[in-house]
Amino acid sequence: MLSEKVKVSFILNGSPVEVEVPSHHTLLEVLRERLNLTGTKEGCGKGECGACTVLMNGEPVCSCMLMITQVEGAEILTIEGLGDLENPHPIQRAFMENGAIQCGFCTPGFIMTAYALLMKNPNPDRKQIKEALSGNICRCTGYMKIEEAVMNAAREVK
Amino acid sequence: MIERQVSVVMSIVGERVVRVDAAEKATGRAKFIDDMKFPGMLHASVLRSPYAHAKILSIDKSEAEAVPGVYAVCTHEDVPGKNRHHVVTDDQPFFAEDVARHYGEAIAAVAAETRELAEYAVTKIKVEYEELPAALGLENALLDEAPYVGGEENIFRRYKIRKGDVDKGFDESDIVIEHKFVTPYQEHAYLETNGALAVPGSVGDMTVYGTMQCPFYVLHAVSDVLGLPQNMVRIIQAATGGGFGGKEDVPSLVAAIAAVLACKAGRPVKYILSREEDLICMSKRHPAIVRIKMGAKKTGELTAIEADYKVNAGAYVTLSTIVLWRGTVHVAGPYRCPNVKVDAAAVATNMVPCGAYRGFGTPQVIFAHESMMDELAFRLGMDPLEIRKINALCVGDETSTGQVITEEMGMGLMETIERASEESGWAEKRKKYSNQEGETRKGIGMSTFLYGVGLGAGGNYMARAGAHIQVYDDASVLLAVGTAEMGQGMKTVLSQIAAEELGCPLENVSIIMTDTSHVPDSGPTVASRSTVVSGNALRDAAMKIKAGLYAAVSKKKGVPPEVMESRDGAIYNRENGKMLMTFGEAVNAATGTRKHLAAQGWYISPNTDFNEEDGHGNIYFTYTWVTQVAEVEVDMRTGQVTVEHLTCAHDIGRAINPTLMEGQIQGGSSQGMGYGTMEEILYDKKGRMLTTSLSTYMIPTIQDMPDVTPIIVEHPYKEGPYGAKGVGETPLMGIAPAVTNAIRSATGVPIREIPAKPERVLKSLEGEEIL
Repeated sequence: MLSEKVKVSFILNGSPVEVEVPSHHTLLEVLRERLNLTGTKEGCGKGECGACTVLMNGEPVCSCMLMITQVEGAEILTIEGLGDLENPHPIQRAFMENGAIQCGFCTPGFIMTAYALLMKNPNPDRKQIKEALSGNICRCTGYMKIEEAVMNAAREVK
Repeated sequence: MIERQVSVVMSIVGERVVRVDAAEKATGRAKFIDDMKFPGMLHASVLRSPYAHAKILSIDKSEAEAVPGVYAVCTHEDVPGKNRHHVVTDDQPFFAEDVARHYGEAIAAVAAETRELAEYAVTKIKVEYEELPAALGLENALLDEAPYVGGEENIFRRYKIRKGDVDKGFDESDIVIEHKFVTPYQEHAYLETNGALAVPGSVGDMTVYGTMQCPFYVLHAVSDVLGLPQNMVRIIQAATGGGFGGKEDVPSLVAAIAAVLACKAGRPVKYILSREEDLICMSKRHPAIVRIKMGAKKTGELTAIEADYKVNAGAYVTLSTIVLWRGTVHVAGPYRCPNVKVDAAAVATNMVPCGAYRGFGTPQVIFAHESMMDELAFRLGMDPLEIRKINALCVGDETSTGQVITEEMGMGLMETIERASEESGWAEKRKKYSNQEGETRKGIGMSTFLYGVGLGAGGNYMARAGAHIQVYDDASVLLAVGTAEMGQGMKTVLSQIAAEELGCPLENVSIIMTDTSHVPDSGPTVASRSTVVSGNALRDAAMKIKAGLYAAVSKKKGVPPEVMESRDGAIYNRENGKMLMTFGEAVNAATGTRKHLAAQGWYISPNTDFNEEDGHGNIYFTYTWVTQVAEVEVDMRTGQVTVEHLTCAHDIGRAINPTLMEGQIQGGSSQGMGYGTMEEILYDKKGRMLTTSLSTYMIPTIQDMPDVTPIIVEHPYKEGPYGAKGVGETPLMGIAPAVTNAIRSATGVPIREIPAKPERVLKSLEGEEIL
C-alpha cells in the first residue's frame, strides 16, 4: 500500500519549493498536510465540488485530482498567495463586501476560479461568469452574491 | 426579565455591515476542523455495516491491531462509559452491538498514524454477520410481514390534532378534494463534511473540537460515552462549513468515536468523514407521504382539513419525534380553518436515521398543503392568489392548534402575499400564460406558509440561552455565546446587537467560537432561534455592563444613571441630548473605580405548551410568515423544468443585517429549488445507497440558479431583539410547491411527487394526454 517517495519541485505562490512525498499523493494532500497551506479545502476528493481549486500555470484545477508528480516544474497559486488579512486581493475584498461568503468553505475555491477568469477575461458578462464558476459548488449563498462579487471585482481589477 | 426598550436611534442594527468572519474566510485563514493539527495526532477510520440489517456474530480486531502504526482499534466493548447516543431516547449506539440496523452503521474504528493507514487497518477487522430481512422504505415497514425495527410495530411515535369536527366541516363544504403527496430524502450537502478532533488532557479530561451546530449536544454525548463528568469535557466549535440541520445531532456520533479512540490511544485523534461516508451515514431530511383531504365553500373558504403524515425515520429515533411534531402542527398551513384533524407517525425502517434539515418536517407538509390550495383554486376556477388571501390567518384568528395570532407576535402574512405577487407581476403573468401552445411553456406558481420560530412546545425545557460579555480596559469587547456560527452569520448579527446595546463601535467587538467552558448550556443552534435567544441573552449581559459604566459616569459627571443612554459609541444624557463620555472614556472611568465589566446574560423564551390528547396549545412564541413565487419554463417534449425566477417575501420581524438576510433567502431558495427539482437519494434493493457522490446526488450549481428577489417584510416581534424573529429555515421551505404549482400553471398538470425531474414531469404530461 505504500508507494515510493518522489522529489518534486515547483513554484508555489511565487517561491520555489521541493517536497519529498509518496508518489501517489495529490497536490491537495501535499499543500495541506506537508506545506501547511490549509486554505485550499477538500469538499469531495473527487473533483466534483471545486473547493480545492488552485491555479496551475494560470489555469484553475482541482488539486485533489492532480498527482503530485504532475506538478513538477509548474507554477502553483493558492488562496494564501493571493492576499492576506491586511491586504486582501480585490476579488477577496469583493467577496467580503458583497455578502458572497457564508460558511466560507467553498470560498477559496470560488475566489481562485474567479481570479483565473478575470486574468483571462477582465470584462466577463453574466453568462461567462456562470460558465466559469459552474464547477464550483456552494450550498449556502444561492450564488447570486458570488456572481455580483465577481462583477464588482472585475470593475475593481480593471 | 429583560427591559424591552428599543433604542431611539439605531446605528448598527439594520446596517449592511461586512461579516465579522469575512476576511478570515476570504483569505483561507479560517480554521475548519480538518485544518487543525496537534502534536502526536492520529487519524481515524470507521468500519461500517455493509448490510441494512444483520446480526453481528463476532468481531476480530487482532489483525488490525497488529498493523504497525495502529494505536487503537475500538468496538462497543471499548466504550468506557455508555454506548448510547441520547437525543430523545437512548436507542442509538455509537458502535453497533449485536445487531446492525442500517447500511453504514458504525461497527468499529481505528486510530493510526495516517488516514491511509487507518483506512487500510479497517479492512483487516474481521466481522461475521448473519444477514436479516430488512424493512426498506416507509410503506414496506408497515406491512404485516415487515421485520421489526423499533417502536410499536415499527412506529416510533404518533402525534395528532383534533380541532372542531372534520366530518361536519366536509358536510358543510361545496367541494372536497383528497390527494397523496410523496417527498424524497434530502441531503444537506454542506461543503465541509462532518469531523471532530479529540484531544485527551492531562487529568483524564477530554477536549473535542469539531464542525457542529450544537456544542452542548456534543458535550453530553462525549461525557456519556467516556463516563466523564461534564466538567471534564470541553467542546470547542471549529469554523463550521455549513450545517442546515445536518450538524445538529450527528456530530455527537462523530465526536464520540474520536473521543473513544483518543481515550484508548492516549493521543489526539482526528476523524474526518469522506464525502461518500458522510452521504451514506449522516442524517437526512425524512422522506414522507402526506395524504390530505380538504373541504371548501364555493367562495373558497376552507371548512375542513384532514391529514395523515408519515415520515421514514430510519433505524433509530434520534430527532424524528420532534421533526414529526413540528410537521404535525404545520400541516394546516397559515390558514383559517375551523375543523382540523391530523394524524402523524414516524416509521422505523432499516435505513439511515433521518434528522434535522432546514424546515424540520415542514417542507414535506408545505408541499402537500400548497399543492392542495392550488388544486382547490383550479377546481373552483379561482386565482391561486385569491384563495390564499381569502383563507390567510389574520390577527385574532386561531391556528390549527388553537393558538390565537396576536399583533405582538408580528403578523405580516398578508403583506408577504401582496408584495410577492406584486413584485413578481403575478396577475399579468398569469393572464399571459393562460393559453399557451407549443413545445416550451411558461408558468407562475406560489406558496404561502408559516413557521414557528424557536423550539416551541416540542423543546420547551431547552428554550433558554446564555451569553458572556467581557470588556477589557482598552475598551475592546469579547463576546461568548452558546449557539453556533455555521455560515448563517450569527456572529455578525450578534456582534451588531451587542454593539448596539452597549453603544460601542462595532470594531471594538469580537466574538469567540462557541466553547462549552465559557457559557452555560444554551440549547441547540436550530429552529431559527439564535438571533432571538442569544441576542436577548447578550442584551441581558449588556444591561449589566452598562449599569457599571453608568455608575462610573454618574460619579464623574454628576448625572443620574436613569437619564443616560448608550449609542453611537458614547453615553448621552437623554434629557438634553448632550454627550457625557465616549464608550472608551466610560470604560476607563469604570475600570478606574474597580467596576466589574464582565457579565453573564441569560434569556428564557416565553413558555409554550401542547396538549398531546387533542393537539391544542400555544405552541410557539412567534411565527415567521412567508410567500414565495416561482416562474418556470417547461419543455413539453422532455419534461425539463427551468426555474427562471424566484420572488420570496419573508416577514422576519426585523432585519438586523439586510445583506445577511438576503443571503439566507437566496441560499435557502437554492436548497428549496434543489429539493423540488433535482435532489434525490437512491438505494439498491439491499438498502445500500447508490448516490454516494456529488455527481450522483446533484445539487444546484450557479448555472441552475435563477435570480432570487428577496423581499424583507418587517412586522416586529415584541420580545425579539429589536423586533427580530428568525429566518434560517423558511427560505427553503415553500420553493418546491411554488415550482410545482408553476409547472401546473404552465402545463395544466399537477405534480404530486418531488423532485420534479424531467422523467417524472414527462410521465405526468403523458398521463394528461392519456386522460
